[in-house]
Amino acid sequence: MGKTFAEKALAKKVHKEVIPGEIVVVEPEWLLTHDNTSAIAKTFKSIGVSKVRYPDRAVIVLDHCVPAATEQYAQNHKAVREFVKEQGIRHFFDINYGVCHQVFCEEGFALPGAVILGSDSHTNTYGAFGALAAGIGRSEAAAIYATGEMWLMVPESMKVDVRGRFPQGTHAKDLALRILGDIGADGALYKSMEFTGEAMKALPLSQRMMLANMSAEMGAKNGFFAPDEHTLAYLKERAKGPYEVILPDEDARYESTLEYDLSVLVPYVACPHSVDNVKPVTEVQGKTIHQALLGTCTNGRLDDLSVAAELLKGRRIHPDVRLLVFPASWKVYREAIHHGVIDTLIESGAVVMNPGCGPCLGAHEGVLAPGEVCMSSANRNFKGRMGCKEGEIYLGSPATVAASALAGKIADPRELLAAAR
Amino acid sequence: MIKGKVWKYGDNVNTDVIFPGKYTYTVTERSEMARYALEDLDPRFAKEVKAGDIIVAGKNFGCGSSREQAAICLKLSGVGAIIAPSFSRIFFRNAVNEGLPLITTKEAPQHIADKEEIEVDFEKGEIHGAGKTFGFPPLPANVMEIMNDGGLIPHLKKKLKDQA
Repeated sequence: MGKTFAEKALAKKVHKEVIPGEIVVVEPEWLLTHDNTSAIAKTFKSIGVSKVRYPDRAVIVLDHCVPAATEQYAQNHKAVREFVKEQGIRHFFDINYGVCHQVFCEEGFALPGAVILGSDSHTNTYGAFGALAAGIGRSEAAAIYATGEMWLMVPESMKVDVRGRFPQGTHAKDLALRILGDIGADGALYKSMEFTGEAMKALPLSQRMMLANMSAEMGAKNGFFAPDEHTLAYLKERAKGPYEVILPDEDARYESTLEYDLSVLVPYVACPHSVDNVKPVTEVQGKTIHQALLGTCTNGRLDDLSVAAELLKGRRIHPDVRLLVFPASWKVYREAIHHGVIDTLIESGAVVMNPGCGPCLGAHEGVLAPGEVCMSSANRNFKGRMGCKEGEIYLGSPATVAASALAGKIADPRELLAAAR
Repeated sequence: MIKGKVWKYGDNVNTDVIFPGKYTYTVTERSEMARYALEDLDPRFAKEVKAGDIIVAGKNFGCGSSREQAAICLKLSGVGAIIAPSFSRIFFRNAVNEGLPLITTKEAPQHIADKEEIEVDFEKGEIHGAGKTFGFPPLPANVMEIMNDGGLIPHLKKKLKDQA
């Protein structure tokens, strides 16, 4: 019987065959942490171990509240910087790099076949490069600092087989939302999702990252894409260490298989307050919005910003809407400047922010007021997510966000494209 | 064995309504976390919850963020157990690591009502509620070991001491 990617990746770590449901203890190649490193460091010290076991496997990116919005945030960052120095952690990225999941990939840590754990739920993102990447908690990160190892359950796997091409105005985010609407926020609970099929092979790495990122919203342990020539070319100049491509066997056993044809997709919107409350945009359009959010670790890469800029070019956003743009990293920001994308966004009336998590976790930089509605390209629309429980968040693709920012209400990007012709 | 009043909630209770993101880096002392438990879902909860009370919820409890405070604030509120048909993966881990018992079972949540007094016998794997007895499967042995030691950090301390 063939093996799935997750089974093979974990088997390689423990040097024996494994089966779903089995618990294994592994030494992850990397441990990602962010602003929560100070709390993790505190827990780590309470264990009674003075030195991090493998400081070179620790990757720390400050991104959640950057630059510090309050003295308390500043103190938090200071504690992280002190811990980094004290422990001799080399892979530290201060506030001038970007959102951890983008930075982790840009800096070449997202490696095929690697087991990567991170104290952030969207650690799944690195599955886009063929890694087994899963989120864990803070105590677990502290335990990895102390011992270098952690237990994991070998997951069942689910195959998502995709064919066809995106109709104009629809994007990979619409596929992510469609899957969420179909299977629900627990549809892939504990499972390893393997995205495959001709359409996924044609998908740029940036959009594979978005899908792997959104697999967390489906409950998945990780979202895997088979590394191909694009992956290897991307890694060529940045891979932080050796890696081995691990592919699922042809006759692997999957718990279930989903099949999608992109050509029948439309733009979708996840309505408050659940990521799986998904409707075609045609059922939601006309809903007045006050804020639009473009970017984040989900959809803040160059092609996302470019899709929005193409729609916004030569137009002004609605006077009653504020459009906030969060490029996923400073590298993305610079590329977007280079390509004139930032200029187009600003010209349309957008407010371009520094890369970071901003209002996505409701901490600062663009939180909502009671009664306000936001159309966002981020990954979550939970009640209170953007800092105010009387606010409402709708999720959609960068195109849907841009079209909505122009209209002042949730809008179908296909109508805008049709009108432009 | 615990006995307590039921707080009943629906499907997909997420980490943001359990412990809002805006407190992630502002409420840093464990002792303060219980005050915000379930703030955006049920404002009465933090004020009225009593030690040993039991949360009975729908599927995918704890979905969303990896923030461990969601498990910590419920544990420190005195919640004796959470009973649901399924739990989000990271929340499950966090709860185990905080020594907060989770019971995964489909049938009991369908019958048990809000405010009902129920009893959980962990040794026998039984829930007594709604005039019935519901069985539930034991946790995996290594997870049980962490729970019995009072959570991951006490468990690790013990393990490291044994190795020394």
